[in-house]
Amino acid sequence: MAKAKTNTEDYLRMYRQMMRIRTFEDNANQLYLSAKMPGLTHMYSGEEAVAVGICEALTDDDRITSTHRGHGHCVAKGANFKEMFCELLGKEEGYCRGKGGSMHIADQSHGNLGANAIVGGSMGIATGSALRAKLLGQDDVTVCFFGDGATAQGLWYEVMNMAALWTLPVIYACENNGYSEYTKTEEIAAGSITARAEAFGIEAFQVDGQDVLAVNELTQKLVARCRKGDGPFFIELMTYRYHGHHVGDINREYYRSKAEEKDWKDNRDPIIRFRSYLVSEGIATEDEIEAMNTEIEKDASEAVAYAEAAKYPDVSEVDMHIYAD
Amino acid sequence: MREITLSQAVNEAIAEEMRRDRTVFLMGEDVAEAGTPFKVLSGLVEEFGTERVIDTPIAEPGFVGLAVGAAMTGARPIVDLMFGDFIYLVMDQLCNQAAKQHYMSGGKLSVPMVLRTNMGATRRSAAQHSQSLQAIVAHIPGLKVAMPSSAYEAKGLMKTAIRDNNPVVIFEDKLMYQDKAPVPEEEFLIPFGEAHIKRDGSDITLIATSSMVQVAEKAADLLSKEGIEAEVIDPRTIVPLDEAALIESVKKTSRAIVIDEGHQSYGVTSEIASRLNEKAFYHLDTPVIRMGAMDVPVPFSPALEDITVPTPDRVAETARKLCSGELIHAA
Ligand SMILES: Cc1ncc(C[n+]2csc(CCOP(=O)(O)OP(=O)(O)O)c2C)c(N)n1
Ligand SMILES: [Mg+2]
Repeated sequence: MAKAKTNTEDYLRMYRQMMRIRTFEDNANQLYLSAKMPGLTHMYSGEEAVAVGICEALTDDDRITSTHRGHGHCVAKGANFKEMFCELLGKEEGYCRGKGGSMHIADQSHGNLGANAIVGGSMGIATGSALRAKLLGQDDVTVCFFGDGATAQGLWYEVMNMAALWTLPVIYACENNGYSEYTKTEEIAAGSITARAEAFGIEAFQVDGQDVLAVNELTQKLVARCRKGDGPFFIELMTYRYHGHHVGDINREYYRSKAEEKDWKDNRDPIIRFRSYLVSEGIATEDEIEAMNTEIEKDASEAVAYAEAAKYPDVSEVDMHIYAD
Repeated sequence: MREITLSQAVNEAIAEEMRRDRTVFLMGEDVAEAGTPFKVLSGLVEEFGTERVIDTPIAEPGFVGLAVGAAMTGARPIVDLMFGDFIYLVMDQLCNQAAKQHYMSGGKLSVPMVLRTNMGATRRSAAQHSQSLQAIVAHIPGLKVAMPSSAYEAKGLMKTAIRDNNPVVIFEDKLMYQDKAPVPEEEFLIPFGEAHIKRDGSDITLIATSSMVQVAEKAADLLSKEGIEAEVIDPRTIVPLDEAALIESVKKTSRAIVIDEGHQSYGVTSEIASRLNEKAFYHLDTPVIRMGAMDVPVPFSPALEDITVPTPDRVAETARKLCSGELIHAA
């Protein structure tokens, strides 16, 4: 594992946040399987080191834009389980009062501008947020999360051009999990993805997205440089999603083998890797980690129970929030 | 007659036309091995190969643009747009390019392409995967718009669309893919611009599109028990629109409700209501009532989403009021 110069507390928080994402997703999947969750959702499990490595390098003033696979970004940026589960179940106390659901979850208080159900749909928003920072003389940075599949959208090339021309404080973070829906990335992406950013004169990096310290170390550097006016940057994070494209994508051997899934889970799991690092470096004991896991599980099951019992928004809310006052 | 699902009907129509005409090909995201997320196109790549069933990157404006160019130069592309909501991404290619080539070239160029996509809420898919955007497309001269209401229509309209020399957009209701209906084994086409009278009635006309046809039929069942006989008409294509059939029905019933799942304001229901107003005014006893989806983005929460679309109960309730004279001055 790469060694980032952070202290024990930072390490433990990174572990904790990764575990919180995994636990959140396990509970969300369970809600789907027991037919308690309306609609479908896309699991972030397997990609935790990406969201956490990046978001741990940000402050609450820094913004992110998220994707259809957005629970991980939301948790990593500081969201609470209770409001998240309420949102997933369409309840009034959800982050978006039940209006958005899984694919539109947003958390203003921590700078999460929202998940997005349009692939690539947030690229303009993220770049616009960075333009605002520059115009208003604010020193926050915006991270734009998107998948490998989203690199096919023309919008990305339009906004990268402007971000580069105007040196905007934005970091494009491409989560390359090898697939867009049921298609392998190599079948839909010509040439090199990093080279596309480089063509605009944007410094591009590729990093092991299963190594939370490597991701965090790189992001810390780039965020600091963005704040000084050196942006934009591009990072391609090599990662893997454990579940199907969405929770309903169960029989997937026609596009992805079980052996491949097993290999990633057994040999490159970001949480297992970091856990053994913490233990071998003497940062935490197995018992301490187990205690942390138990506490996170308790937090999640309490939030789920709360959300299940919570009330739906009143029907009068249906035509509220169409226009701002 | 055998019964097949709407999904199978679309699949058969495309397969038959691809066998018949070498220039027909399909493209879109995950259309090949995956057969689309709704599995509508499963099996086509096995028969026609990846040359004619093409998986594209997630680049909607790009591949719709390619379809326009291919269509202008001798092919007949069928483009699969995974969700109707993505129409917004391809508006320039569809409305500035495809729709206008024939006119701008004085009739010399044409764009024989089909864009098949979907519509419909109440699937808990939230604001960007639930919209019914047929009105937006129907607004643009040069585009034809088909809205199948069952497997039978889905097959017949798709075959006609593929043979049409214009860009045609087909909106399928994504909740209807598994619904079965009788569909003949023998080949048939459904001409554009021919409404279908689903149910005869003399007291009120319910004009309904796609997903709303079932809603209108259920409302008619409810009304019939109370002695109100509703006529249910499905225009099948909203461009071209079979005005004559709609007017004919209204002459008989003298009342009409128009039901469509798109937003009510500036929508399909408004257009049809205005035409009846202009062309059947003296035959009407009551104002023509529009029932579209609420003018709100589609909310995620089931508690909110379900009230945004017309339901059989609400249609029946409105019809009852119209027939008893209650709503006459409500407009
Ligand atoms: C504009 C648009 N096109 C297509 C889709 C359907 N869709 C949802 S997710 C997805 C694949 C995205 O792949 P990627 O960007 O790699 O993200 P991942 O799901 O792998 O995290 C597709 C095609 C969509 N939501 N929006
Ligand atoms: Mg991907």
